[in-house]
Amino acid sequence: MSARDLLLKGGQIIDPSTGLNTIGDLLLRDGKVESAGDRIGTPDGAEVIDCTGLVVSPGFIDVHCHLREPGREDVETIATGARAAAAGGITAVCAMPNTDPVTDNQAAVGFVLKQGRAADSARVYPIGAISIGQNGERLAEFGEMVGAGAVAVSDDGKPVVSSQLMRTALEYARAFNIPVADHCEDPTLAAGGAMNEGIVSARLGLRGIPAEAEEIMAIRDILLARLTGGHVHLCHMSTKGSIELIRWGKERGIRVTAEACPHHLSLTEDCVEGYDTHAKMNPPLRTMADVEAVREGVRDGTIDVLATDHAPHHNDEKARAFADAPNGIVGLETALAVNITWLVKPGILSLATLIERMSCAPAKLFGLPGGSLARGTLGDVTVFDPTRSWKVDPAGFRTKGRNTPYGGQTLTGRAVCTVVGGRVVYREA
Amino acid sequence: MTSPLGKDLLGLEKLTAEQIGLILDTAEPLKEISERTIKKVPTLRGATIVNLFFEASTRTRISFEFAEKRMSADTVNVASAGSSISKGETLVDTARNLEAMKIDMVVIRHNSSGAAQFLAERIESNVINAGDGTHEHPTQGLLDLLTLRQRWGSLKGRKVCICGDVLHSRVARSNIWGLQKLGAEVAVCGPRSLLPSAIGEMGVTVFDRIEQAIEWADALNVLRLQLERMEGGYIPSLREYNRVFGVTRERLDRAPKEILIMHPGPMNRGVEIDSDVADGPHSVILDQVTNGVAVRMAVLYLLAGNSPRLAEAAKGGV
Repeated sequence: MSARDLLLKGGQIIDPSTGLNTIGDLLLRDGKVESAGDRIGTPDGAEVIDCTGLVVSPGFIDVHCHLREPGREDVETIATGARAAAAGGITAVCAMPNTDPVTDNQAAVGFVLKQGRAADSARVYPIGAISIGQNGERLAEFGEMVGAGAVAVSDDGKPVVSSQLMRTALEYARAFNIPVADHCEDPTLAAGGAMNEGIVSARLGLRGIPAEAEEIMAIRDILLARLTGGHVHLCHMSTKGSIELIRWGKERGIRVTAEACPHHLSLTEDCVEGYDTHAKMNPPLRTMADVEAVREGVRDGTIDVLATDHAPHHNDEKARAFADAPNGIVGLETALAVNITWLVKPGILSLATLIERMSCAPAKLFGLPGGSLARGTLGDVTVFDPTRSWKVDPAGFRTKGRNTPYGGQTLTGRAVCTVVGGRVVYREA
Repeated sequence: MTSPLGKDLLGLEKLTAEQIGLILDTAEPLKEISERTIKKVPTLRGATIVNLFFEASTRTRISFEFAEKRMSADTVNVASAGSSISKGETLVDTARNLEAMKIDMVVIRHNSSGAAQFLAERIESNVINAGDGTHEHPTQGLLDLLTLRQRWGSLKGRKVCICGDVLHSRVARSNIWGLQKLGAEVAVCGPRSLLPSAIGEMGVTVFDRIEQAIEWADALNVLRLQLERMEGGYIPSLREYNRVFGVTRERLDRAPKEILIMHPGPMNRGVEIDSDVADGPHSVILDQVTNGVAVRMAVLYLLAGNSPRLAEAAKGGV
């Protein structure tokens, strides 16, 4: 708890959860929102940050990132990941359980929470595994993991291959009111694939992953959500077909929610040209028609949440022949800028909708505190400049990962100040 | 001296028709060197070339080695088995070590698409792609073009069908680009399970049945059907493949015109091609092998920065 009040003064306060959009002051007291919008005098002893010309919003929440600890502390730790998040304006992250060992029990969940608290930066919420060891065979103990602090379950990194296991997971998760997040990929169709299947893969001689590999699992999960009444959350949706299927599910009242990632909203398979392993991720970069469909999905709410799928890798591992390099890119420190550059600037999303998808919706869907500036809510706040241009320099990242396809690009939009529990955890130098 | 091909030869997709023509023009006079009693000219004397083969190869490696030796280069062969490659050394480290040994050229064969480019971006030496994964095999494409050009004079308007496992074939890709650039019409024929799904976007005609391809084509380039493809579930059996897609005497006899038969080797006789076709009067398969040495000599010669105009003189042993 912060002893001093924090006054964020004179910014454009945008809080879609309350419909607030005004120039004014935000006062945080005892780690919570005290007042939002009204111009107020500075309370005695308060720390004041001038936010003139900046946007003040409920803190961004990333429901999908890989922090690599335990197991690969050489490429990321919970602490470096949390600090990278804070530098990107993200006040809370959900850590995927595909670590080594896998976060598939209450003790492992407790470890992630403990390391997150020690990092003393962005909040870290653990996601537990669906199956023990993420082996796709036996359910992990959802109840104990939720009791220890897990906010969702997922075998992300791998799909839940067995439809029966997915069914059971959706049924069993209902008792704990948590989403079951699935990495949608038919493993037989995607086997050996290194990029999107299409003309570029045909030319480069790389094995392709068809859009159908994602869509088949997406519709299976939607149908299982209908069968079970469980909440299925579809990770990193990347194809036009997936968007249509999710829309189909939502129209029928099925409990399906979905996320999209900045790279699938900004880049296409053409980036693989030249065998650039920074353009290698799973699901792969798709075609322009897919990118446009996913953007439209974010706009109309078919996609509920913008997440990062932050996936740091060692440079040595990325510096390999394309097919041999690991999947994934870092995203915590570029997500806001990529989303502003490719969604807000072209007029696809308003700033308010962007904030809804990056803060309010993730809080609501994953049952997390925050995502609002209503009085008494957790004082997690992002202050950002939506017009600032900056050049991405991976060498300056807080994450240990340097694997980004945006290196050297000039993007628009930058976090200026990140506040967690009423305390500043990041402030632009 | 800057080579008219640039630093490396990575594939035919990025070359212009003029550059391809230049290589073929350069290969023609160099061909004669291999016909002599003393098959050696001093053109690449003092140059060191490493043949870096991460994948087993007999024909291509030997062809490169002859090309190098007949031009007096010093060559070293590195095969993956028994080298530090098999001890887990990465391609980056291999590249750095080669660079440190001050070599002039690397000929690389690798099972990953893009491996030749990967190496080329990291070393100053010239890199020649001797086959990278399922991407390209440019010198094979060039020797196929040379073989057809010798028969036809020009490839303009000629119809060439590439038959078989296009999906996994680096030869197919190099052929498609090279043939198209020289003005030929290109088709592919094979079971759809062995064609890239986006093949239509590569500017080629697709035939589902070999009979249609034979009726259409002036030449067939018959690809090797690797036995693994059957095990991988792409086709039900080799026997059926031969019965449905095999290039047989009986099928060729029904062709409206004479068709040249090419094959990059090694052949599976009785699978994709029957022996009486492979050994028949219209087969140019051994011409391809002969031309392979000449084309590789031309590539080495040009990448080393020699003037294409001097190729004629070079064969005189200057």
